Amino acid sequence: MKLFTYERADSAQAAATDAAAAGAKFIAGGTNLLDLMKLQVETPTKLVDISRLPLDKIEERDDGGLTIGALVPNSDLAADARVIERYEVLSRALLAGASGQLRNKASTGGNLLQRTRCYYFYDTATACNKREPGSGCSAIGGFNRILAVLGTSEHCIATHPSDMAVAMRALDATIVTQKADGDRRRIAIGDFYRLPGDTPHIENVLEAGELITGVELPAPVEAARHLYRKVRDRASYAFALVSVAGVVAMDGDTVKSASLAFGGLGPMPWRNPAVEAAIVGKPVTTASFEAAADALLADARGYGSNDFKIPLARRTLIASLRELTGTN
Amino acid sequence: MFEKIFGAGDTNSLTMNKPHPDSLLDTGVQGVISRPIDRVDGPLKVSGTATYAAEYQLDGLAHGVLVGSTVGKGRIVSVDADAVLGMPGVIDVVTDFDTFLRNAQQGGETTAPTQGVRDVDYFGEIVAIVLAESFEEARAAAYALPIEYEKKEGQYAFQAHRTEGETPPDSVTPAKFTQGDIDQAMRDAAVTVDVTYVTPSQNSAAMEPHASIAVWNDDALTLYGAYQMPTSDAQQLAKSLGVSDKKVRIIARYIGGGFGSKLGIAPESVAAAVAAKKLGRPVKAVMARGQVFDATVRRSNTEQHMRLATDRNGRLTAIGHDSLTSNLPGEDYFEPVGIGTHLAYAGENRSITHQLVPLNLTLSGSMRAPGEAVGMIGLECAMDELAEKLGMDPIELRRINDPAVDPEKDVPFSSRALTQSLDKGAELFGWNKRNAMPGQRREGEWLIGMGVASAVRGNQLQQSAAGIEIRPDGTATVASAMTDIGTGSYTILAQIASEILGIPLDKITMKLGDTIDPPAAGSGGSWGAASAGSAVYLAAEQARKKLAAAMGVEEAELTLKDGYAIGDNRQVPIGELVGSGIEVTGEIKPGSQEKQTTQASFGCHFAEVGVNAVTGEVRVRRMLGVFAAGRVLNAKTARSQCLGGMTFGIGAALTEDLIHDQRTGKLVNRDLAEYHLPVNADVPQLEVHFIDERDIHANPIHAKGIGELGISGAAPAVVNAIYNACGVRVRDMPITCDKLLAGLPPM
Amino acid sequence: MHFTINGQRHEADVDLRTSLLDLCREHLGLTGSKKGCDHGQCGACTMLVNGRRINACLSLAVMHQDDEIVTIEGLGQVGNLHPLQDAFVRHDGYQCGYCTPGQICSAVGMLDEQKKGWPSYVSESLTDSELTDAEISERMSGNICRCAAYPNIVDAIREVAGKGDRQPVLEAAKEIGA
Repeated sequence: MKLFTYERADSAQAAATDAAAAGAKFIAGGTNLLDLMKLQVETPTKLVDISRLPLDKIEERDDGGLTIGALVPNSDLAADARVIERYEVLSRALLAGASGQLRNKASTGGNLLQRTRCYYFYDTATACNKREPGSGCSAIGGFNRILAVLGTSEHCIATHPSDMAVAMRALDATIVTQKADGDRRRIAIGDFYRLPGDTPHIENVLEAGELITGVELPAPVEAARHLYRKVRDRASYAFALVSVAGVVAMDGDTVKSASLAFGGLGPMPWRNPAVEAAIVGKPVTTASFEAAADALLADARGYGSNDFKIPLARRTLIASLRELTGTN
Repeated sequence: MFEKIFGAGDTNSLTMNKPHPDSLLDTGVQGVISRPIDRVDGPLKVSGTATYAAEYQLDGLAHGVLVGSTVGKGRIVSVDADAVLGMPGVIDVVTDFDTFLRNAQQGGETTAPTQGVRDVDYFGEIVAIVLAESFEEARAAAYALPIEYEKKEGQYAFQAHRTEGETPPDSVTPAKFTQGDIDQAMRDAAVTVDVTYVTPSQNSAAMEPHASIAVWNDDALTLYGAYQMPTSDAQQLAKSLGVSDKKVRIIARYIGGGFGSKLGIAPESVAAAVAAKKLGRPVKAVMARGQVFDATVRRSNTEQHMRLATDRNGRLTAIGHDSLTSNLPGEDYFEPVGIGTHLAYAGENRSITHQLVPLNLTLSGSMRAPGEAVGMIGLECAMDELAEKLGMDPIELRRINDPAVDPEKDVPFSSRALTQSLDKGAELFGWNKRNAMPGQRREGEWLIGMGVASAVRGNQLQQSAAGIEIRPDGTATVASAMTDIGTGSYTILAQIASEILGIPLDKITMKLGDTIDPPAAGSGGSWGAASAGSAVYLAAEQARKKLAAAMGVEEAELTLKDGYAIGDNRQVPIGELVGSGIEVTGEIKPGSQEKQTTQASFGCHFAEVGVNAVTGEVRVRRMLGVFAAGRVLNAKTARSQCLGGMTFGIGAALTEDLIHDQRTGKLVNRDLAEYHLPVNADVPQLEVHFIDERDIHANPIHAKGIGELGISGAAPAVVNAIYNACGVRVRDMPITCDKLLAGLPPM
Repeated sequence: MHFTINGQRHEADVDLRTSLLDLCREHLGLTGSKKGCDHGQCGACTMLVNGRRINACLSLAVMHQDDEIVTIEGLGQVGNLHPLQDAFVRHDGYQCGYCTPGQICSAVGMLDEQKKGWPSYVSESLTDSELTDAEISERMSGNICRCAAYPNIVDAIREVAGKGDRQPVLEAAKEIGA
């Protein structure tokens, strides 16, 4: 870990201003940042401690939705009665992630910004375009079991490791920020992440110093079923190979609305409107579920040791849709 | 190796050249032996006051952080220490191209391992240590230290080099053994199985990373280390440093797990010792978790060619178990894959061979039950395939091939309860509910199946000594350079002494893990309890003789209980019989009994698994083991050992897989997030049962090793259950979901 | 910097980079909390901060100056063990002992979470979860035990939680007449 300076911010605005300097990083729970700093994958020269800012509330919105403070720990968010009642998929996704100890520290904002678990990103002895732009991608042609099959580029095949963010994507969350210049932004989660392209080190649209202050969830879909299904290599405490977050409402035997997002497959919590279009307004049939899987995986590409994710995602999606539509 | 250390004292020595049918543990009346007594060191462990290697508080301690190579094969051109010496807190950068260990040493060796690090032979080889006033400062400088390498071509990919295997020298098992003509037997057989099983490299991943604190006092070194075998480790360390054995003391009172990885000295010990000498200060070197993966020991990957042949009735006529494993160039150690196969089943025609493929990967060495842990995957899964081909119950197949005598040496088994275990397990587990046809039982998304496998683990006795001191106040100390790595040594050794001497457990102080005490083989190969236990037994027997003499009664007339000697109608406090105190030593040595009988522990595993019909995820639903390993010294700690072994089996079957980048030899998943040890949720409530047994050929306490029996056969029971659940036979461990997907029912 | 650990005030002059775990182990002589991975992947360093269990290895000491920190040393001592420490001894909920302080601190935090009604990944109902064995196992999965005392750890926790006391070891002992 390299030396850094440390400041405790006393307001969101001050934090944003403090962190606008080159080399500065916010620190809240620290569960991901310190992990990476110890390995010198992250080498901030300045840490701005935002952990004591009053951003730890979950508040009602007029539209029946919720605003979640950026510092609400994963544990508290998962256990919040309103979240459980309205957004079960979010609660389930949070509980599928990490461990009890980590969830007690990890924050809502930090979880959105969690960095990839790519083996090569984590290891400074190897090339990685995300860690060191231009150095190359060791995962392509290497071992890539946990890496992406969608949205990859020749420069990076990393996955986004969060479970929470997958549920947030299915819920059409909006990310609220405070910028260094005093402005505030609301960014739809669908616009928040960036594909790797030839700049895999740039993972989202945040500007220097821009602080996530909260996440807004729109009013819940009425009478919908929620599901978060995670496939992993052991029963607990492992990252997703494939995960499905789904919110589906039915009208008799017809799918009235569907919102589906996926983890473990892409460089960001993945959502593709064509998947939902394949089933919405249609009666539930195996054919429509197959069509949804076809839509999801049309552009999927395996890199060797992660080829299995393509059939695994297909099967997991179909089983998830059966459960979400009550056609088990 | 111990003679010079023992000298002539009041020593009771026994070489196991004949059976030892009578045991004081059967005639003792203290009533503590075998009982499920809580660990005597338990309160220290649960309160955080048991002291592990890295936790000794020493004045002037310098913090060392080790630096691993960033090439898989090459030569160091330069180490630019000057570039980091100016960093805050940095004291020095120490490397010694001749003395630093290329790799860890194997267990029990009394020589130095391969030394010299100018030429790098695997990725992560420890090449330097950076010393600073704080851990944070040392770590930062270690990352910053520029090292220039001349890169060379290494051999990293097993598949590419698998034909380059050579037969290594014999080790605990012959490298090459043949009997009869297996090829002919395969041709003549009514039913055959000819398949290849593959297991990956694994890591012991003890929770405590390897750690050493080195302190020099003039020319004498004290090393606080995390080592399983301090007596031989001290010799290894002395040889590595070029100092006399007498000048090296190792202290390892608490060891945070070993599982083979701490049998021999690892590179951090010599790095700490060299640095401490140079600095004139105590130096602490703790491996980072990634370094434990990179630079200690792996269990080798294996490729196991299995051949089984039977007549029409299922009687084995041939067993072939021909394996390939890998190790560093120049290293002889081979995973003794076929060691359990020699004695598991009958069958006249046999081929049990081992070839070693040189690869530039971390040293391969012992990990819990070297040989059986992975070798029984090949054997017991092939037996399952054979049973299916024969249309025979897998237990019946094992029963009819359970040999009356050693199938190769024509000597009796010292004790053997394989079939008995299988029968007991079958009844307790409800084996009769298993449907032999795979894929028939489904609960929702889960396909349910059952599997069975035998458990076989060779027994070993190793020369060991222990001392007992009884003081006038009636208290006693038991001391030995034996260790407790979590096995329960502290407790069972106290129980043995207590049972024989009639001194209550709370009056016995245990002193283990220090080479100033009588030398012992330490903890490894499941020999610890039997070897050190026999040494304590012999010391106690000697003390008992003295007490009898002091009492003026025949030994046979003496009863020792609750701190009193009773005999000749008198009851005298033991403390009053020892004058100013007595000190005795016991020493056990292996003898010809090992040749006159084949000694092993036996048992079996039953597993019930669920295979998710959608995703191929496997969950063990329940597991049951039955074990026969001679006398059980403490029902609680013995059961725990079996739980641990069974869980290692779950890991081997389902999750554990060390992956090396085939291009660079770099270990890809060198952390506990991606090297998947079973977590609590992977392990259901496991059932452990024992068969009450005594082995009079093994040693005077009649106990055999149990710590590794629980892993031997555990994985194949799970693998066989997976086949029974879903009908997919995977021969490539671990069975992760991707390997089952293609065989699962269509959606 | 100043810290409140196990109810005691400590002053320490440490590097900004020092983790809460290293503060205790390297500077305050509180070595009960263990370092198994230093990356939040094993749970051996688990402490209670303001009553919540966290991985002390993934936390900077400097950020905890206003917190109430409890380590294994503060839970109970030899002769005065916390009920969970005592249950771990009786149920043999450990072997080598290295993960044990983390397991016990984690269990203390976990039982409190469960009491507050927090659900887990295996809870069928997110609003009403009984502390079954499966619940204990899932909630304790952030603490790896390579010796694999898991069944005994579950037994110890279940007993302290008042959810029944299995004694499988007595069955095993009976088989050998002990």
